[in-house]
Amino acid sequence: MDLRLTEEQQQLVEAFASLYADAAPSDRVRSAEPGGHLPELWDRLVATGAVEMAVPEDAGGGGASLLDLALVAEQHGRAVAPAPLIEAQVAGRLLSRLPAGADALAGVIAGNRLVTVGVRPARDGVATLVPGGAVADAIVALDEDRLVLVPVPEGTRHVVNTGAMPLADIAIGADATELATGADALAAYAIALDEWRVLTAGALVGIAQRALEIGVAYVKERHAFGQPIGGFQAVAHRLADRATEVDGAQLLTREAAWAAAEDPQRAPELAAMAFGFAADTARDTTYYALHFHGGYGFMLEYDAQLYFRRARAWAGVLGEPRDAYRRVSDLRYAAVGA
Amino acid sequence: MDFRLGDKSEVLRKEAREFLREVLTPEMVEECYRTGVMHNVEFTKAMRDKGWLAPGWPVEYGGQGRDPIEILALSEEMARAGAPTYGIGTTMMIAWVINMVGTEEQKREILPKALAGDIVIALGFTEPENGSDAAAAATRAVQSDEGWTINGSKMFTTNAHIADYVFMLARTDPDAPKHRGLTTFLVPMKQEGVEVQPVFTLSGERTNITFYNDVFVSDQWRIGEVNAGWRVMSVAFEREHSAAFVGEQERLLDHVVAWARETPGEDGLPRIEEAGVRERIGRAATEIEVSQLLQRRTAWMSTVDLPTHMKGSMSKLFSSERLERQAADFVEMLGPDGVRGRGDPTAPANGEIEHALRHSKGTTIYAGTSEIQRNIIAQHELGLPRPK
Repeated sequence: MDLRLTEEQQQLVEAFASLYADAAPSDRVRSAEPGGHLPELWDRLVATGAVEMAVPEDAGGGGASLLDLALVAEQHGRAVAPAPLIEAQVAGRLLSRLPAGADALAGVIAGNRLVTVGVRPARDGVATLVPGGAVADAIVALDEDRLVLVPVPEGTRHVVNTGAMPLADIAIGADATELATGADALAAYAIALDEWRVLTAGALVGIAQRALEIGVAYVKERHAFGQPIGGFQAVAHRLADRATEVDGAQLLTREAAWAAAEDPQRAPELAAMAFGFAADTARDTTYYALHFHGGYGFMLEYDAQLYFRRARAWAGVLGEPRDAYRRVSDLRYAAVGA
Repeated sequence: MDFRLGDKSEVLRKEAREFLREVLTPEMVEECYRTGVMHNVEFTKAMRDKGWLAPGWPVEYGGQGRDPIEILALSEEMARAGAPTYGIGTTMMIAWVINMVGTEEQKREILPKALAGDIVIALGFTEPENGSDAAAAATRAVQSDEGWTINGSKMFTTNAHIADYVFMLARTDPDAPKHRGLTTFLVPMKQEGVEVQPVFTLSGERTNITFYNDVFVSDQWRIGEVNAGWRVMSVAFEREHSAAFVGEQERLLDHVVAWARETPGEDGLPRIEEAGVRERIGRAATEIEVSQLLQRRTAWMSTVDLPTHMKGSMSKLFSSERLERQAADFVEMLGPDGVRGRGDPTAPANGEIEHALRHSKGTTIYAGTSEIQRNIIAQHELGLPRPK
């Protein structure tokens, strides 16, 4: 057992931390609302190789492991960065596994094509609440048992949403191209979804961790009844619980990301666990971080609300934590009649 | 990063499972329930024969020199099987304290017997008037020419009725600040003036209250320097704070899953088919994974010499709170049959789930209540001010 990051991983974390600090400070996160996309940030991410690195080496990418990407996702979440990085990374990896995806992948690697992925199967020919869909050139969607590449039509409407994400409902039109069908399509999509679960969990850990820092700093500084409010156990104990959960969520998410390569048999179960637990943790941590600001937390001017809203929306586009927990049970104990 | 425990741990885990299948008979488990005593001489001797009373001690002190991660694999299996290890735990904890701070004479007298599984040492920290605030101990030890005279009482002295010694925290200087007026003693139970009365608990475990009326203890049984008792305690507490309830959660989930697979619901299908049942099971499985990771992190940190104090508090807090919540949740899931108690032949899962409800309540209280753990995390991990 060894929980230390390698030197390369530490450098990766530091590089992205400073990129986000520079390109996505909270005033710019605000300025990107409600559309939820900062083109300058996106350009920086692409230029630094953040999308390309996710693609395997034999497909022309940087060959980063899912664990490397999860570490980047933590930093992405800490900054509540307005850019569809995770979806683009997952789409790139998905395209690299499909021979029919080669053309689209070339554009992704070259950095001139933004492709994201719908995280829920299309219903009645529409991929709904596609993360990054409002700013993408194309999306990958699962329509029945077909995996298709769908160009995003000009003028696609941004769905106004809790987390100021660039979400869109995208109809699968006649110009969609087929990437895979049948079992191949379902299997490739399942892997992509598990990767999205893990990376989104990483981002949710980052959200929770940063929200905790913001909350802790505030309760040390704010005085009431003659002492810092962090000295009241009603405040301190709830933050202690959250700190514990944040540590747990980070360990679990990193384990799930590590397992993708090192323990593939358990990887799907761990991906569902990580998603459910990180979503719970981000929800509760951002709740208390905001709540302990009192009335200021309710004001748009304070950053706590940025985290509160994204904690709910980034996870919410897939489903609630309960869905994830049912999935854990199904994967481990295979429902009897299913 | 590497999340594997490693081959040595996995080999030991397998060995532990085989050992438990062979040694921990249903009769032995039943006897624990019946008497409420989590100590069994036969089991202890079998553990001794494996070298598992002190697996983490260095070889030169009679241990196996195993690292904390291997020991984790072993203790997880013990807890999952419900093995009677409580008396072993307290005895070896204090034996280690003696090994660290005791005199040569004390080591000669106690360590071979402890390592042989021939003695039981109970803990005498808590008193009727103080629990979490252990340094407020009021039991007095007054020095006389040949030794000490002890007066007072100790609460929750589990196993005192079968113990050879109580490791006692007593006040030796009532005028000093409370942490600096304490001294620790190993009080022989056969000493005149020691009285043990049983205390029965929610889980069915039997513990005790012990009274000390003019109990004479020779200076030979003082552990550590006079008035340095709190420092001696920290050697013991350091190990208690790393307690975690992973095996207990696994044991509960094992029973729940078996029950949900074989018990039909109103539609005639096994209850594991119900979305609500699967959700609860999946949530518990996830919390077990997190509990395990928090605990393993603490063990791993100690192998690379990182301070583990508040991380151990997180592990204890999370695992006990979630065990308690899961037990309550699963009992409710059983429906009205959930009230059928352990010992009744009609109880679901042989009453194990109902028993977990009772047992789990203690886990957020002993070895430092959840509130104490939260104080430690708030102050040392988050840097929040001490409450006034």
